[in-house]
Amino acid sequence: MQAQPASGTTPPVLSLRGISKSFPGVRALNGVQLDLFPGQVTALIGENGAGKSTIVKILTGIYQPDEGSIAIDGRPVQFPTAQAAGDAGVTAIHQETVLFDELTVAENIFIGHAPRTRLGLIDWAAMEAEARRLLTSIGANLDPKVRLRDLGIASKHLVAIARALSIDARVVIMDEPTAALSHKEIHELYELVETLKAQGKAILFISHKFDEIFRIADRWTVFRDGQFIAEGHITDVTEGQLVQMMVGRSVDQIYPKRPARIGNPVLTVSGYCHPTEFEDIGFTLHEGEILGFYGLVGAGRSEVMQALFGITKPSKGACRIGNDIRVIRSTAQAVEAGIVYVPEDRGKQGAVKGLPIFQNVTLPSLSRTSKGGFLRLSEEFRLARDYTQRLDLRAASLDQDVGLLSGGNQQKVVIAKWLATRPRVIILDEPTKGIDIGSKAAVHDFMSELAAQGLAVIMVSSEIPEVLGMSDRVIVMREGRIAAEFAGDAMTPENLVRAAVGIEEGEAA
Amino acid sequence: MTTAPQATGRQIPDRLMSPTRRALKSWEMLLFVVAVGIFVANSLASPYFLDPWNLSDASFNFTEKALIAFAMAMLIIAGEIDLSVASIIALASTAMGAAMIAGAPVPVLVAVGLGTGVLCGAFNGLLVARFGLPSIVVTIGTMSLFRGLSYIALGDGAYTGYPAGFGWFGQGYVWWVFSFELVLFALFAVVFYVLLHRTNFGRAVYVIGNNATAARFSGIRVDRIRFMLFVLTGLMSGIAAVCLTSRLGSTRPSIAMGWELEAVTMVVLGGVSILGGSGSIPGVVIAALVMGLVTFGLGLLNVPGIVMSIIIGALLIGVIALPRLWRMLRK
Amino acid sequence: MSSLLKSREAILALAILILLALIASRFPGFVSPLNLANVFTDTSPLIILALGQMVVIVTKCIDLSVAANLALTGMIAAMMNGAGVPLPLILLTVIALGATLGAVNGLLVWKLDIPSIVVTLGTMTIYRGIIFLLTDGKWINAHEMTEGFKALPRLIFLGLPIMAWMAVAVIVLTVVLVRRTALGRAFFAVGGNAHAAVYTGISVGRTQMAAFVISGALAGFTGYLWVARYAVAYVDIAGGFELDVVAACVIGGIAIAGGAGTVAGCVMGALFLGIIKNALPVVGISPFWQMAISGAAILIAIAFNSRNQGPKGRIILKKAEHRA
Repeated sequence: MQAQPASGTTPPVLSLRGISKSFPGVRALNGVQLDLFPGQVTALIGENGAGKSTIVKILTGIYQPDEGSIAIDGRPVQFPTAQAAGDAGVTAIHQETVLFDELTVAENIFIGHAPRTRLGLIDWAAMEAEARRLLTSIGANLDPKVRLRDLGIASKHLVAIARALSIDARVVIMDEPTAALSHKEIHELYELVETLKAQGKAILFISHKFDEIFRIADRWTVFRDGQFIAEGHITDVTEGQLVQMMVGRSVDQIYPKRPARIGNPVLTVSGYCHPTEFEDIGFTLHEGEILGFYGLVGAGRSEVMQALFGITKPSKGACRIGNDIRVIRSTAQAVEAGIVYVPEDRGKQGAVKGLPIFQNVTLPSLSRTSKGGFLRLSEEFRLARDYTQRLDLRAASLDQDVGLLSGGNQQKVVIAKWLATRPRVIILDEPTKGIDIGSKAAVHDFMSELAAQGLAVIMVSSEIPEVLGMSDRVIVMREGRIAAEFAGDAMTPENLVRAAVGIEEGEAA
Repeated sequence: MTTAPQATGRQIPDRLMSPTRRALKSWEMLLFVVAVGIFVANSLASPYFLDPWNLSDASFNFTEKALIAFAMAMLIIAGEIDLSVASIIALASTAMGAAMIAGAPVPVLVAVGLGTGVLCGAFNGLLVARFGLPSIVVTIGTMSLFRGLSYIALGDGAYTGYPAGFGWFGQGYVWWVFSFELVLFALFAVVFYVLLHRTNFGRAVYVIGNNATAARFSGIRVDRIRFMLFVLTGLMSGIAAVCLTSRLGSTRPSIAMGWELEAVTMVVLGGVSILGGSGSIPGVVIAALVMGLVTFGLGLLNVPGIVMSIIIGALLIGVIALPRLWRMLRK
Repeated sequence: MSSLLKSREAILALAILILLALIASRFPGFVSPLNLANVFTDTSPLIILALGQMVVIVTKCIDLSVAANLALTGMIAAMMNGAGVPLPLILLTVIALGATLGAVNGLLVWKLDIPSIVVTLGTMTIYRGIIFLLTDGKWINAHEMTEGFKALPRLIFLGLPIMAWMAVAVIVLTVVLVRRTALGRAFFAVGGNAHAAVYTGISVGRTQMAAFVISGALAGFTGYLWVARYAVAYVDIAGGFELDVVAACVIGGIAIAGGAGTVAGCVMGALFLGIIKNALPVVGISPFWQMAISGAAILIAIAFNSRNQGPKGRIILKKAEHRA
């Protein structure tokens, strides 16, 4: 498929041509192009590392391109600072909200361009009145005087959108805006996108979720490895074609799940409670089983797993590992009992960036590689060599800084670290979130192989195909409780979603 | 028990650079060259410099500070800091003085000094590790509190008249020109080298300094290690208090004023990142020697003490600034 | 909403009132308007420096060089006075010089990205060392200063000395700065979320630099007030005073992690320390207690602040939501 000329009668508001950007050792963007049209949503699609976030940073004035041109209404412009991009009418709503928790809603909307009095001082009354007007216009009923830290994530998104409107943006960039939102909030966001479209704003929508791309985008653009691949109207393309363009080859959505030989119970949890996070959690996990945990973001799945791993303490409940009843009060005790946890937030909770690969791998196994509290480096290298090789890690050397590896390879290091402790239960929290398709398949492969060898696996995932493709059994959580459990033929997308959103909200897709 | 799937991946080499080559390219090596340079320059500048007894005398101006710097280095690598070390010395020295007035024998005096250090360190550690308060403000607070307690006890007075046997810790010689303090310095250099670079405890310190959350998620008892580091720093300050009090033969509340700055400077000069996560004990040892040599050399040239403190301040900033400036200019 | 912040200041105000009531119960003279005015005047340098420090701390930095800056600019002021330079020119010079010393800190933090605690620990000793180089350790005493130079801070205007009015002026200017100007709000933005500040077009380094310049200028100005009021200048004046300044901020609820704090809290924090300092001789406690008391006050204040700011656990359960 070749680049088609931008069709339609209206000229683009914003147009990028031949944009290149390099970082030491990486060519992030290589002569890419992008056109955004008024009143249309353009979806930017690509794997991690395709250059999406770099283009967002160039458009918002955080990075300067090495080559290429940016034009607004056909006139060349430059964005040397974030201020300049804002002045030109380009604004972004980011993955993690980049707002100020300690400031009020009104200030978050107007910081940098607050209304002034005649003396040049900030006019708080005018600012709060204007903020209220903007929030009402997008249907948000928020008090402008409230501090942002007291709002939920969805309300923060609304504040970010109000900010975009306040600077009279012509181009709105939405960088995975639904990543942290619940089902209901996502629908509200879609309505907002329609409002923005009706106001003639050009929207760049970055997302990994094909259902939402087909739901709200008018046009699409695909990047791969920092290159422009193709663009077109959403009506002229299929999901399969987009995936093929993204990865450069055709990928079957087949999960390498093998039929499991389910053995004896390994872990029995009963009556786990926490004052604010979850209640009455009970289930049994068997040898060789992959147990999926599905639910909306914020349903309390990670919280339950972190309690099982000793990060937080349950207020009530017990768990049995093998034949022993254990109370797990610390991560050290969990590891000792054979329960390990691969966290969702790899960068913060998983990998220790700044330390070499081998030290990351041996971290929880130091008691085995050391002698009398003294390190034995040769033992550490031996262990690290063994497990990184099994996971097919790609790295220059074992004393390389983990922070220099790609996301997928960092995930392999974290998994290797936990396997090296020879666990009985491994909990994987969103194990393939934010890693490229190639590494994803490798992780899935590995997971089913582990289960086949008798390890008990818990997989927390928000991706329905992954949950259904990999699990023997699925537990669905909602609002801190177990809502349902499905196995066999009952494991259908409809059942999962219905249980996750609750029967009373049964209009779910 | 489960084993991972069979080896499928490629073999990754252990190291790209041999440890020797890495050491040659390190900050510590550069510092070592500087130390040798200063040594040569000093011996050319003054005929009195190369005298072993003079050199031995000169060692007193860094040994006590270096004892604190060893522990401080581990604390800073773990991402914390203790600005109260000099005040711990003041309080420990005051406690020893009070014990001396009460007629305590020398072993009890030493025990009181070390015990006070440990208690002060435990107090800092409790506030930081148990209650989760930021170490920089906590230790700014205890810096006032500990020295303040000395002032309450002593006002503008002083404790003098320590027993004769007590003087050995700060003035005695183990063998020939090797003073007790110098031997202590060498001993603790080895102890801290092993502790930081050769034990599980030391590894945990690096892990916590690089990513405390991931450390907790890996089963490391982060708070316990933080607490132990503060206690260790308190203990080393207590040891320094014994040596210093013994050497001066008296206690005033203003004792060791400003030493926290010199200890931090020594650590930073030794290549420890002030942001935590990296650094080494050999670096701190060489930094202590460099600072000692500079002080001694300038002393021989009759440069006043306050000029020395300007140089220390400039070193602290310069050591961090120069590599960054160099990188900026190369771009 | 900001009720937490408000209540923190209310609690501090209450603590000050209780403190005054306790002293007044034994020594009623302490709370006479005249004496309270004296306490305020005496605390003026601390208030001015604490406000400068507050701006720096709000941007997530710290300035430990303020007392050394004060001593150096104060010495320069005394030397200029000795050389016959007219007072207005001296005032301009000390403010400009203080700002320059602050700018040195700011530049090192901004351009070289060195942690502010390291920079200002270093410049603290360097600035004091420079005084020694300038004077060879000599003092400049009262008889070497002109009457006009010494009199200005003590001139009474509407019942209060100029020194106190200066503190009032700085309080008012700081309120306007932090509440009503773009730069003032940028301080909070930078300290609250540096990453987000970049995305809103605010330069983190430049803003921190501005904070150091303000802190430095105020320290320079205080340098003159200090030397003129106490009528003496030497290397060690205001030695260790930077700790009192940081203590005033911490007690006043300025978040050491940046992004939060109020002028009212900061001023009350300074007044709290000022009242203790002035009350100690009155109630017959040795002034040597002051250091320990301010250390204890810092510890109590941070323990208290962190209790209010503790990370909120995630609330997932519906019933927990209602309870919260």
